Amino acid sequence: MTMPFGYASPEQQVRDKSEYARKGIARGRSVVVITYADGILFVAENPSATLHKISEIYDRIAFAAVGKYNEFENLRTAGIRLMDSRGYMYDRRDVTSRALANAYAQTLGAIFTESVKPYEVEIVVAEVGRSSDDDQIYKLTFDGSIADERGFVAIGGASDQVTTSLKEHHRDGQSLADALRIAVRALTVSVPPGLPQNGERVLTAANLEVGMLDRTRARRQFKRIADSTLSDLLAQTASS
Amino acid sequence: MADPLGSAGRLPAVFMTPGTSSFTDFLSQSAPHLLPGSAAGLPAPVTEVAHGTTIVAVTFPGGVIMAGDRRATQGHMIAQRDVEKVHHADDYSCVGYAGTAGVGAELIRLFQVELEHYEKIEGATLSLDAKANRLAAMVKGNLPMALQGLAVVPLFAGYDPDTDAGRIFSYDIAAAKSEERAYESIGSGSVFAKGSLKKRFRADHSQDDAVRIAVEALYDAADDDTATGGPDPIRRLYPIVAAVTADGYHRYADDEVEPVVSAIIADRTTSTGG
Repeated sequence: MTMPFGYASPEQQVRDKSEYARKGIARGRSVVVITYADGILFVAENPSATLHKISEIYDRIAFAAVGKYNEFENLRTAGIRLMDSRGYMYDRRDVTSRALANAYAQTLGAIFTESVKPYEVEIVVAEVGRSSDDDQIYKLTFDGSIADERGFVAIGGASDQVTTSLKEHHRDGQSLADALRIAVRALTVSVPPGLPQNGERVLTAANLEVGMLDRTRARRQFKRIADSTLSDLLAQTASS
Repeated sequence: MADPLGSAGRLPAVFMTPGTSSFTDFLSQSAPHLLPGSAAGLPAPVTEVAHGTTIVAVTFPGGVIMAGDRRATQGHMIAQRDVEKVHHADDYSCVGYAGTAGVGAELIRLFQVELEHYEKIEGATLSLDAKANRLAAMVKGNLPMALQGLAVVPLFAGYDPDTDAGRIFSYDIAAAKSEERAYESIGSGSVFAKGSLKKRFRADHSQDDAVRIAVEALYDAADDDTATGGPDPIRRLYPIVAAVTADGYHRYADDEVEPVVSAIIADRTTSTGG
C-alpha cells in the first residue's frame, strides 16, 4: 500500500509533539512546590513582578506553572472559573484540587492528541489539608499525564537537578524558613540556558516569586510573600 | 446545552475562551440558570415570602460601621429571629440587604464571588467605586423580579484607601446608586433609624461611638417598626455589627456587641432619651 505524501505514523507524531513540548518547557526557569509544617510553599524564579507563575485558585488550592505564558494563563483562568463556579453551585467545602487536576489532565490530553501544536506547559495544582497528611500535590505535564506527589515537586527547565537537590534536603514537618531555604538552594542549582554555567547565582526578592498556602489562615489560605517581607524572610533563612 | 460543570471530560470551550474578569458575565455564558433573576416571569405577584428589614451604616474618620437587626418577617409573622443580613463582601467592604430574604442572600453570594473572582484573575482588587457599580448592575438584573414583588435593595459600604475614609452607597430597585456622606439606612425601619442617626451623628466621632449610634438607631427602629427586631438578651441575639477600616473587615463578636446593647438599655431605663 502506498502511503500518502507527508504521512507520519501515530508513534512518530506523538514523539515529535513530545519533543517539541519538552524543548519549549526546558527553555524556562524552574518552579518548586514544597510542603512545610503549616502548609505548602511555592517558589518560582521569575524576574517579572507582574507576570505571575504562581496563583491562588480557591480557598485551599493554588497553582504553579512553567512554559508558555499565554497557554498556562489560559489554563489558570479556566481553573479559577471552574472552581468559582463549583463553589457557587455547591459549597465552598466541595471545591477540591482533585477535580481541578482531572479537568486539567483531560484538557491537556485532548489538546495534545487533537491539536497540531501541544501546550508547552507543566503545571502543579496543590491543596493544603487540615493536617500535613491531607496535603495534596498534583503534577501535570503537556500530554495530560498526572502524578500525585508527596512532600515536594519541581517543574520547568532543569527540574531533574532541582529535584535531586530537593530530595536531599527536604524533611517532613520542616519550618517555613527551612522550606524556603531548601527551595531557593534547589533553584540556584539549576542554571537557565543562556546564563554562564559557572554557578554562584544569587536569587533575591527581585527575581523570586513566592506564595504559600497557610493552613492556619482563615478561609482564603493563599498568600503572596513579596517585597520587604520576602527580603526579610530570605535574610532570616540565610543567617540560620 | 449540557451542564458544563457536571461533566468530567475536557473543559468546555467557554472556560478556555479569553473574556472579561467578571464572574457574572462568565456565568451568564456557561450556566445562566444559576444566575439570580432567572425566575422572572412568575405568573402572579409573590407576597408570602420572608423579608429582611433594617440595615444602618455610619462613617467615622478612617472607616465605616454597618449594622443590621436579626429579624425576617413573613406577613405578620416572624419568619426568623437570627437572620444575618450584614456580610463580608471582600477584605475592604461589606454589604447588607433589605427586602426578600432569598433573593437578597443570593445577590450577596454572587457579589462576593464576583469580587473574589476578579481579584484572583487580575491579581488586583477593584476600586471601591467599581465594586459599587458591579453591585448596581446586579440590582438592575433583579428588576423583573422586583416588579413581581420580590424586591431587594442592598446597602454597600467600604474603606477607600485613596481617601483614607469609609464610604456608603445605597440603591433603589432600579439600581439608582447614590453615595451617602455620613450615614444611611435601608429597610422598613429606616425612617426611624435615620431620625435617630440624624440627631446622634458627629463627623469626628470615634469607631466605638459609631458602633453605639448604629446599634442605638436599630433599637429606635425596632421601637417603632414591627418588622425590625430589637436586641434579644434572653436568646442572646444581638445585631450583626461589622467595621471596615484600613485594617480590613472586622465582624464584631456577640461578646463585643453585648456590652453596647446593655449600655443602651441601661441608659434608656434611666433617662427618657428614647
